[in-house]
Amino acid sequence: MYSHVILRVVAKVLIPVIVLFALYVQFHGEYGPGGGFQAGAIMAAGLILHVLIFGQRVTRKMITLRALRIVSACGVLLYASVGLTSMLKGGNFLNYSVLAANPVTGQHLGIIVIELGVGATVASTLLALIYIFTERIRT
Amino acid sequence: MEHLQVLIVLIPLLCAPVCALLPSGRLPWLLATLAAWSTLAMALLLLGQVHQFGTLSYALGDWAAPWGIEYRLDFANALVQLLLAVIASVVLPYAYRSARRELDNDKQPSFYAAMLLLFSGLMGITATGDAFNVFVFLEISSLATYALLALGRDRRALTSAFRYLIMGTVGATFFLIGIGLLYSMTGTLNMADLAERLPAVAGTRTMDTAVAFLVVGICLKLALFPLHLWLPNAYTYAPSAVTAMVAAISTKVMVYVLIRFLYTVLGADYSFNQLPLAQVLMVLAVMGMLTASAVALNQPNAKRLLAYSSIAQVGYMVLGLSLASELGLTASLLHMFNHGLIKCSLFLALGCVYFRVGSTDVERMAGLGRAMPWTMAAFVAGGLSLIGVPLTVGFISKWYLVLAVLEQDWWLLVVAILMSSLLSVAYIWRVVEVAYFQPNKSRETSREAPLAMLIPTWILVLANFYFGLDTRLTVGVAEAAASALIGGGP
Repeated sequence: MYSHVILRVVAKVLIPVIVLFALYVQFHGEYGPGGGFQAGAIMAAGLILHVLIFGQRVTRKMITLRALRIVSACGVLLYASVGLTSMLKGGNFLNYSVLAANPVTGQHLGIIVIELGVGATVASTLLALIYIFTERIRT
Repeated sequence: MEHLQVLIVLIPLLCAPVCALLPSGRLPWLLATLAAWSTLAMALLLLGQVHQFGTLSYALGDWAAPWGIEYRLDFANALVQLLLAVIASVVLPYAYRSARRELDNDKQPSFYAAMLLLFSGLMGITATGDAFNVFVFLEISSLATYALLALGRDRRALTSAFRYLIMGTVGATFFLIGIGLLYSMTGTLNMADLAERLPAVAGTRTMDTAVAFLVVGICLKLALFPLHLWLPNAYTYAPSAVTAMVAAISTKVMVYVLIRFLYTVLGADYSFNQLPLAQVLMVLAVMGMLTASAVALNQPNAKRLLAYSSIAQVGYMVLGLSLASELGLTASLLHMFNHGLIKCSLFLALGCVYFRVGSTDVERMAGLGRAMPWTMAAFVAGGLSLIGVPLTVGFISKWYLVLAVLEQDWWLLVVAILMSSLLSVAYIWRVVEVAYFQPNKSRETSREAPLAMLIPTWILVLANFYFGLDTRLTVGVAEAAASALIGGGP
């Protein structure tokens, strides 16, 4: 892949922008179109582009498969723990209003944390799938 | 206490990612087992609450019912939840030795994670009162099932899991299309709300199409003849503990979904009087009972033999619900619970055989009656229950089914039920004959399976006899559930 200068240069410019856009979709999802799932997919798209251009060995040096497994499991746990916290605070499962003193703040807080969990799980699972598939091609 | 309805789904769902993170060894197994036992306690408590207070309702996120997702629990789903919890609490302790023998060491944590996901998905299907939520949980449990089935040592496990993936996805998609059409007609996804709004649009072509998609989709997942082709291979090549779990609960939960949609959402009057569903389901059920039992007769592999028998048993359940009577529905729900106990104990016994012999081919089981007396005794006891010998649970459910059929004077159906039972005598006898009356030709002799596997197997075998003698719990709950379902309203 080292011969493709244009691809490498363009990818190096694009990947940070894609990741930044993913973060924008993640945190803007509360008000506009977007949210954790979409942000996770965009984030994964940026990282998959890195795999395609530089090879998975390079990407794996930055993000290992083990790390992806941990992040994807933690995302689910983060989601569920928000639900459990609202239960402990006296509301029903996933009632965000009880999370903070002010119900509106609580709703904001709940949805942001939950979408973070979703985003982390989606991005890491997609990237892990690509790792596992490309590994098969190489061997 | 009021959170039990959601905790029973949430605890296995939460433990699954934790299992995946734990190192291989005892820990993932221990966590999974504890999760299953805690759901058993919760299922019993919930059944008690339903008994005391009637139908329970839980609003997720405190959003009121038709808008938010509602978990709704009455006798019908409380019974199914109890079955799920019992099976998981027995299979997961058993899985420790069995999975260590049949799976690579590094796959252990993911194996328990997938088992818990399968379990919580099925639990979610029974817990929810929201039609779309059923689809979501259906996908959770199905994806976990595909992964689990593919873990089998035999390379054919991969193709059989892939085949189930295709068929299962078609089924789930049909189900989703059906729900989508119902939503387009009524603008609601809550089952109770759907039941109220659907009569206004009954008889339209959209509605008929929706019912067709729903019924075909669900029947694909519950392996009703002739949509059963994915099942035999999937059960045969999967790891033993997975087969025991999936065979005992997956198809049963789908029978529950069929009952819930036909009786609660669509209403018995619409499903059976305005649409000819009773006739269609009845014919397919009877054909499934007879042909699958006949095919089971000459299967060389004992697991495959029991897989075909499962298709026949699903026929009994669908026959019961297609009678559209209170007694028929009672028989269907009873057989759902009882057959879960029967099939699980039989597959657990075969898992013990696989553990020592390394195969479940019928001819490799020669002489096992002497070499593994406890395992084979468990198989015989489970087999008697499958046939429907008095004192066992199989007898109770067949008794109610025959009563329900006689109530409507369908003498031919009684003959079909008895024929199918006779065929099951024949196929169980084939295994028993080889195990007890043929000498072991090869030199190697097997020892009895380890206690860690025998004890769970025997707990289920004894449950077969206990619920065959003391039917207060099962029959009482099934009758209450049936009268509530027939009476309309969830």
